[in-house]
Amino acid sequence: MNPVIYLDNNATTAVAPEVREAMLPYWGEKYGNPSSMHTFGGRLARDVAKARSQAAALFNARDTEVIFTSCGTESDNAAIRGVLEALPDRRHIVTTRVEHPAVLNLCKHLENRGYRVTYLPVDAKGRLDLEALKLALTPDTALVSIMYANNETGTVFPLAKIAELVKERGLILHTDAVQAAGKLSLDMEAIPADLVSISGHKLHAPKGVGALYVRRGTRFVPYLIGGHQENGRRGGTENMAGIVGLGLAAELARLHPEEAAQQAKLRDRLEQGILRAVPYTRVNGDPEHRLPNTTNISFEYIEGEAILLKLDEAGICASSGSACTSGSLEPSPVLRAMGVPFTAIHGSIRFSLSRYTTEAEIDRVLSVLPPVIAGLRELSPFWARREASPAKP
Amino acid sequence: MWEYSESVKEHFLHPHNAGEVQNANAVGEVGSLVCGDALRLSLRVDPQNEKILEAKFKTFGCGSAIASSSILTDMVLGKTLDEASRITNRDIADALGGLPQEKMHCSVMGMEALEAAIANYRGHGQPQAHEEEEGEIVCKCFGVTDKKIERAIRENHLTTLEQVTNYTKAGGACGSCHWRIEEILRKVLAQAQQAAGAPKPGGLTNLQRMKLVQETLDREVRPQLQKDGGDLELVDVEGKKVKVRLLGMCYGCQVATFTLRDLVEGKLREFVEPDITVEEIRA
Repeated sequence: MNPVIYLDNNATTAVAPEVREAMLPYWGEKYGNPSSMHTFGGRLARDVAKARSQAAALFNARDTEVIFTSCGTESDNAAIRGVLEALPDRRHIVTTRVEHPAVLNLCKHLENRGYRVTYLPVDAKGRLDLEALKLALTPDTALVSIMYANNETGTVFPLAKIAELVKERGLILHTDAVQAAGKLSLDMEAIPADLVSISGHKLHAPKGVGALYVRRGTRFVPYLIGGHQENGRRGGTENMAGIVGLGLAAELARLHPEEAAQQAKLRDRLEQGILRAVPYTRVNGDPEHRLPNTTNISFEYIEGEAILLKLDEAGICASSGSACTSGSLEPSPVLRAMGVPFTAIHGSIRFSLSRYTTEAEIDRVLSVLPPVIAGLRELSPFWARREASPAKP
Repeated sequence: MWEYSESVKEHFLHPHNAGEVQNANAVGEVGSLVCGDALRLSLRVDPQNEKILEAKFKTFGCGSAIASSSILTDMVLGKTLDEASRITNRDIADALGGLPQEKMHCSVMGMEALEAAIANYRGHGQPQAHEEEEGEIVCKCFGVTDKKIERAIRENHLTTLEQVTNYTKAGGACGSCHWRIEEILRKVLAQAQQAAGAPKPGGLTNLQRMKLVQETLDREVRPQLQKDGGDLELVDVEGKKVKVRLLGMCYGCQVATFTLRDLVEGKLREFVEPDITVEEIRA
């Protein structure tokens, strides 16, 4: 068994062995610059082109519609700022209350710069109200930015429907698909979104590389101005190893759609096992529309950081929406937007699986977790009084 | 990830004196489910000599909250109530080999539970959930009063909003009370200064002056400059002459002279000493 059971794949993933292998030469003999005139460097342009085709295939798109970036956050910034700059007369942005900080904090920043931002609410399961979206769209709207799948709960938004609504009004849609890439279809023939952000390290490529899909014809001003790289749409010498790694990782994801069902099966085994073995728990999010690898579970009467530390001691990696893990004392804004009670947010734990998660690992978690929860509850002054309190399973 | 000391980890993984004292005659409980941490401390006190014979805790909270509770029970055992009442949140944090700044409120919770238990023994309070000292609620998210904030500022020599949040949690969630906390900070700091600085013959020592200058710059001046994309750093303090270097947008700014005289010197004269002068050091 692995020394560590890694169930925090929405934070980052292991680099696939095939991907690591493919990247190694670019830290060694293939150190050339693909923009060079000489063969030694210039031939690397072919490797970039291949990686671009591999990434484009994940989007079922043309090669020219893919821009390599340095991370998901850069892709989000490039998309949002790039569109706003192309449409300087429009001052309104529509987004949601549950976006990743890369979008949410950028929107807050833009608010301070004179933009008007509508933050769409979600319901108790984290679902978006499409009527509210329709009402939010105005002639002044420059851009709609709505994520595909939520990083904390795994709740999936109906992106194709959202895209249709936005396109009916002739507006531009950006989607942060960082969590969805490799787990949900990103067929841009079927989803009429205009810009899509993905990140390498959530997809078994390394950290430090991302990509942005930009539908042909979308008005867009480059964010990083510099050399002619990426067709003049993103300056900066190519991160060769990262780009080649992201290309191959995208291909592996595209060629193995069956992995989603495998992960969902293991995730369900974990979730049902926990719900059976541990009373006073609740699943956060929308079980009907959810990433196959994610479950977010609240354990009442105890606090998430304490659970994580105990799991860490047993070599199990997960994450929590608890205030005490955030550094800001602020409990998860996503769970709060869903109206999850504070008491349940404090004890929320996210488990996120990957293609490398095994049944043996899940079973190990199922044997370790219940006594951890029981032990912390024994320590909690609220556990003994639970019958008197309103929270019931 | 938090940098917890070995002692914090040890007390979290193997807590001492967990549970509830049977026939306890002093019980203190602070915090709530909503706040995200709570501590119930139960003690058995010898009525003859007021020695603490037994101490146990139940805690809802993070690793450092549990560790703070555990070490608190160790610290009070065998002490008289008078001795125990002198334990401060600093003592608890120090006994654990320190706590991350953001987790100092866990040690404050320990101290408060102990005070509540002692008050309960002496008949000043009932062992009830979420006991709060009197005062006006400032932070509605975590139910923190102005009295509690003032006390934390005084006892721990806090100077910034961020520190107040770390020690009391106040202002840690929605942020709508930040202005109130800033107001309290200014009030308490001004009081402290009057008490300490003013009538003492010879005025501030060099060390006191340097510390006060740095604190005033960090609290009153730099946030203002940073709003405009600038900043400054303290280079030196020579007697009453304060040397600073302007950074960012402030460096080479045409109105830098006014910034120095009106803002920097003005604030230092207001908060440190009335005859301070400021000089700019160019890089």
